[in-house]
Amino acid sequence: MKRKLISTLVGAALAVGVGAANAQISDGVIKIGVMSDMSSLYADIGGPGSTLAAKMAVEDFGAAKKGMKVEVVSADHQNKADVGSSVARQWYDVDKVDAIFDVPNSAVALAINQLTREKGKAFIDSGAASSDLTGKACSPNTVHWTYDTWMLANGTGTAIVKTGGDSWFFLTSDYAFGHALERDTEAAVLKNGGKVLGKVRHPLNTQDFSSFLLQAQSSKAKVIGLANAGGDTINSVKQAAEFGIVKGGQSLAGMLVFLSDVHGLGLDKAQGLVFTETFYWDLNDQTRAFAKRFAAGNNGKYPTMVHAGVYAGVLHYLKAIEAIKTDDGTKVIEQMKKTPTDDPLFGKGTIRADGRKIHPAYLVEVKKPSESKGPYDYYKIRATIPADQAFRPLAEGGCSLVK
Amino acid sequence: MDIFGIPTQALFGQLLIGLINGSFYALLSLGLAVIFGLLNIINFTHGAQYMLGAFVAYLLLNKLGIGYWWSLLLAPIIVGATGVVIERLMLSKLYKLDHLYGLLLTFGLALIIQGVFRNEYGSAGQPYAMPEQLSGGRNLGFMFLPNYRAWVIVASLVVCLGTWYVIEKTKLGSYLRAATENPQLVQAFGINVPRMITLTYGFGVGLAGLAGVMAAPIYQVSPQMGADLIIVVFAVVVIGGMGSIMGAIITGFGLGIIEGLTKVFYPEASNTVIFIIMAIVLLIRPAGLFGTQK
Repeated sequence: MKRKLISTLVGAALAVGVGAANAQISDGVIKIGVMSDMSSLYADIGGPGSTLAAKMAVEDFGAAKKGMKVEVVSADHQNKADVGSSVARQWYDVDKVDAIFDVPNSAVALAINQLTREKGKAFIDSGAASSDLTGKACSPNTVHWTYDTWMLANGTGTAIVKTGGDSWFFLTSDYAFGHALERDTEAAVLKNGGKVLGKVRHPLNTQDFSSFLLQAQSSKAKVIGLANAGGDTINSVKQAAEFGIVKGGQSLAGMLVFLSDVHGLGLDKAQGLVFTETFYWDLNDQTRAFAKRFAAGNNGKYPTMVHAGVYAGVLHYLKAIEAIKTDDGTKVIEQMKKTPTDDPLFGKGTIRADGRKIHPAYLVEVKKPSESKGPYDYYKIRATIPADQAFRPLAEGGCSLVK
Repeated sequence: MDIFGIPTQALFGQLLIGLINGSFYALLSLGLAVIFGLLNIINFTHGAQYMLGAFVAYLLLNKLGIGYWWSLLLAPIIVGATGVVIERLMLSKLYKLDHLYGLLLTFGLALIIQGVFRNEYGSAGQPYAMPEQLSGGRNLGFMFLPNYRAWVIVASLVVCLGTWYVIEKTKLGSYLRAATENPQLVQAFGINVPRMITLTYGFGVGLAGLAGVMAAPIYQVSPQMGADLIIVVFAVVVIGGMGSIMGAIITGFGLGIIEGLTKVFYPEASNTVIFIIMAIVLLIRPAGLFGTQK
């Protein structure tokens, strides 16, 4: 009888104790929603790999050991802002999701950015590119983790103009992302003394680029800037080779190229491409170890910088919750900005007032087939752009959070 | 000399490119037209079967070392054989029902096939090397024409016209057409109608597989390649007139050219122009340009 009483009391005390620790965690569970393009042209860049990265981060954080209950759910936004918004509404209002991660496709990301702010939740973006997310559309509820159009333009654009590629023609994906990338690259080209001879805008997810490439060819520009991504970039590069564009003396500048794109193209077609990334699996022992584990769970496919960004973002998000013991979106993001970041993939870094995550960027060149030791041994690091120069200066973004 | 501010030379180039894309539209819509015209099935699996053709070529090359030219023959046969299985096991049960059931079945199959391949190979796609004999190209003065694209136009024209000839002008074709009009009567003459129908479906599907092999060196071999194309191809078939063989061929090439020109004058609309034309055609001639009202 006595023993039973004691055990009941202990049980009650434990329950109360756990309850107290979780007092601020809404419904006792931290629910992470990974929203990505699960089935179309960006699915290898983010997609199911992003969900895997989030789950790995939860595991590595040791949430279970720390007594935090973390759940990861995922959804496909199909590259449509309306689909993304309605999933996010459902997640926030009904399914009690506390934070949304990844969201490649800038059009969808901008919609989620707005919605998250209205709902007071947290949005940690990895896959989208538009620098507007930390510029005129910046929000106290958003962190933009991995990369953005300004950084790409600044890294790749500047490097190419400085090595003699001073006249440009843009092949631009016709939506928020392409427009932002084109705008930021054009600015970088002009700033460094280059000029822009023309541009053509193609619909998202185009199969055949021959017509656009022909227009680029007849412009006689030295550099054809590809302001597109994923399957669109792959097809443009492949077909440019077919139409003898590079042989004819023009060069291609992939403004946003991911590891998965290079893999899809094959080194034969991709060799010599120069572009900017913020993560490469073969940087150090920690990134290599992560990549091996990741590939084992992802059909042998290695992580892109977007996957790395989701992983690191989730890690930092959980650390912030652990510190302030609440999953209130606005407070967590505030805490994330206050504390310096430290993770195995991006190293030490910070998050600025405008939500921009700051870390170094790498100007990479794709190896020749003869230089590569095997699948995924693809990049030579040509230069490291230090963290304080890689991203747009805080004052120039026009973000209202910056005083 | 300029036409609407575009140099004539550039315009010739764009016309030629339109013709190349039209070759694919024609080849794919031809298969659809054959299947619809003779089986009354709206084959939504067509895009997935086109993708299968490309993947069979890719697998033949990477697993068995069989090159492009053999794939051109083998892939359509293999894909056609899968079509025969689908027809025997599933489609044949649906002929008596409304079109809608066949459409739903084939649409569902397409989603399953594409999903399986996406899971296995990802969305970025696999590279497929161009056959050496056809790499390179020649300068036509107004544009650089890759040899492979020239080959696509020629091959597509030959296959399209050959198919048209067989169906419209030969005895075999007349059996086929008769079988769709009145299967009982044709059966009474001692012709195995169900087998003929099965083989026809297999043939239509094989055409999709052939288009897939031809597309592999130009585009990525990716699970999505057919899904992106199939909607356009359906529009082509609707404009040409459901089931009209010649209609599918002519509209395929014609719309390729129109789309190519749109990419020059107003690139933003290049994805929609075909559907605008479809809407107009449906308003004026509901049976399509070459279709006959039944």
